[in-house]
Amino acid sequence: MTDLTSLGVKDIRDGVAKGDFTAREVAEAFNTAVAEAAALNAFIVTTPDHALAAADKVDAARAAGETLGAMAGVPIGMKDLFATNGVQTTAASHILEGFTPRYESTVSQKLWDAGAGMLGKLNLDQFAMGSSNETSYFGNVTSPWKKAGSNAAMSPGGSSGGSSAAVAARIAPAATGTDTGGSIRQPAAFTGICGIKPTYGRCSRWGVVAFASSLDQAGPMARSVEDCAIMLGAMAGFDPKDATSLQMDVPDWEAALNSDLRGKKVGIPREYRMEGTDQAILDSWEQGKAWLKDAGAEIVDVALPHTKYALPAYYIVAPAEASSNLARYDGVRYGLRDLPDGVGLQDMYAATRAAGFGDEVKRRILIGTYVLSAGFYDAYYTQAQKIRALVARDFERAFQECDVILAPTTPTASFPLGSMNEDPLTMYLNDVFAVPASLAGLPAMSVPATLNADGLPLGLQLVGRPFDEQGVLNAGLAIQQRAGFTAKPEKWW
Amino acid sequence: MSVDKATVAKIANLARIRMDDAALERMVPELNGILQWVEQLGEVNTAGIEPMAAVIPNTLRLREDVVDADPLTGGGRQADVLANAPAAEHGFFGVPKVIE
Repeated sequence: MTDLTSLGVKDIRDGVAKGDFTAREVAEAFNTAVAEAAALNAFIVTTPDHALAAADKVDAARAAGETLGAMAGVPIGMKDLFATNGVQTTAASHILEGFTPRYESTVSQKLWDAGAGMLGKLNLDQFAMGSSNETSYFGNVTSPWKKAGSNAAMSPGGSSGGSSAAVAARIAPAATGTDTGGSIRQPAAFTGICGIKPTYGRCSRWGVVAFASSLDQAGPMARSVEDCAIMLGAMAGFDPKDATSLQMDVPDWEAALNSDLRGKKVGIPREYRMEGTDQAILDSWEQGKAWLKDAGAEIVDVALPHTKYALPAYYIVAPAEASSNLARYDGVRYGLRDLPDGVGLQDMYAATRAAGFGDEVKRRILIGTYVLSAGFYDAYYTQAQKIRALVARDFERAFQECDVILAPTTPTASFPLGSMNEDPLTMYLNDVFAVPASLAGLPAMSVPATLNADGLPLGLQLVGRPFDEQGVLNAGLAIQQRAGFTAKPEKWW
Repeated sequence: MSVDKATVAKIANLARIRMDDAALERMVPELNGILQWVEQLGEVNTAGIEPMAAVIPNTLRLREDVVDADPLTGGGRQADVLANAPAAEHGFFGVPKVIE
């Protein structure tokens, strides 16, 4: 019998439906793989019973001849940013340690309704703030990948680093991620997997711990474009409980997958050719162009003149929103309370937040508070919002000349944990190619392209028009079919 | 623009995060590094550009004007609301005594 943990979403779903194996067998295989992989620190808590209960329900439904859901029998990892009823939800922070929601996020509920089960809650950068998974209160996540000839622990990317590590290590066939400024795409690129951030508003934010509400968007992370299409279909949809939820139908992305790109134009933004980008990344970009040309697409140059300003604008807008969103952690309603003897309410807030937030979270709250404060609001925050408008306008104009944009996902491959901590800015620069699509709310995906000379994965990014997830997935599929990326990390855990 | 220790102390107070002297000292150059880097946004001519707050034009929807229109977010869930409170007492959130 095939090793069930080598299978992805589609193969598991179809195998369970056909009766090649039971959902329970799949859940048991992944539960074992998760238990053996503690060295990766990908999970904050594991929930083997949740996975088994969901599997038994699917097996019973099949035996009764009922129609099975789109994710039936697929056990997944859930980023610990999604509220899960009765299961601790921490956002990888101390301030939410022990918080056990009495409700389920819309996205996770939709996945359970589609027949998926939960292997556990995945580690991440604290409050999704980070690009290397080194800001979690519950310890770093270690990538399953190693640099050739080195035993150094590598970064799985961030913030969805538990998700990327688990999927790349084959201890989960797929996982949820969230992307505020690259948090699905960058970790996917670092670990040789696929991940798509849909158009802003496709997936409900209800029950997702908020970081920057105008940017936050959930999406799937899996090992193939098909698997992402299936899982995104199960996650997306209108939700009246989210005021920014898109009120439109969810297309059947899986059924409409088509890698024939004849008649399509692929835009190459010249401003993405930035100083400090690895030569291997630039080479893979050239390779990507050739693959899409081979699929029938025409390659055209496009201009995104404000690209250089997207990242600094993001580092005003996102912290500003975070400083407001994270004001809710006050030691009163949920989470940690630090009440030194004899102090009043204000001091309790300050002590609780000092003890409960990590350094990067504090840094961003302080920046956000500063740029929103009287006297600085216009110079920083309003100016950043105007630049956001210009970045979005750049894309709008570019999409008059092309159907989808091809770019690198990251300027470098993964790096060793601890190697980028000198200066917060160096870490921020890792998201330079990912952030523009976030500011514009566009669907964007990373697909694995190749390995670099060190044996580490490199990803290519596709950015589409608003609501055109299909165009992004189709171009991603064309790359997947030509890249033939089958490399996987050697098991050391 | 750059910040000094007194300014960081003021921001930390506004943000309700207690920080001792050592933490403030450490934060000053880190925040200044970030602020100097975002200064480059001043180069961009944004005359006549409307600030963008939302990427998809959206109007707030109105729900039915009925009690508990959505049972998930409706009322009558006191026990659930208090379940994670660090100090729930007598059906309320408990806080230290406030004397003005």
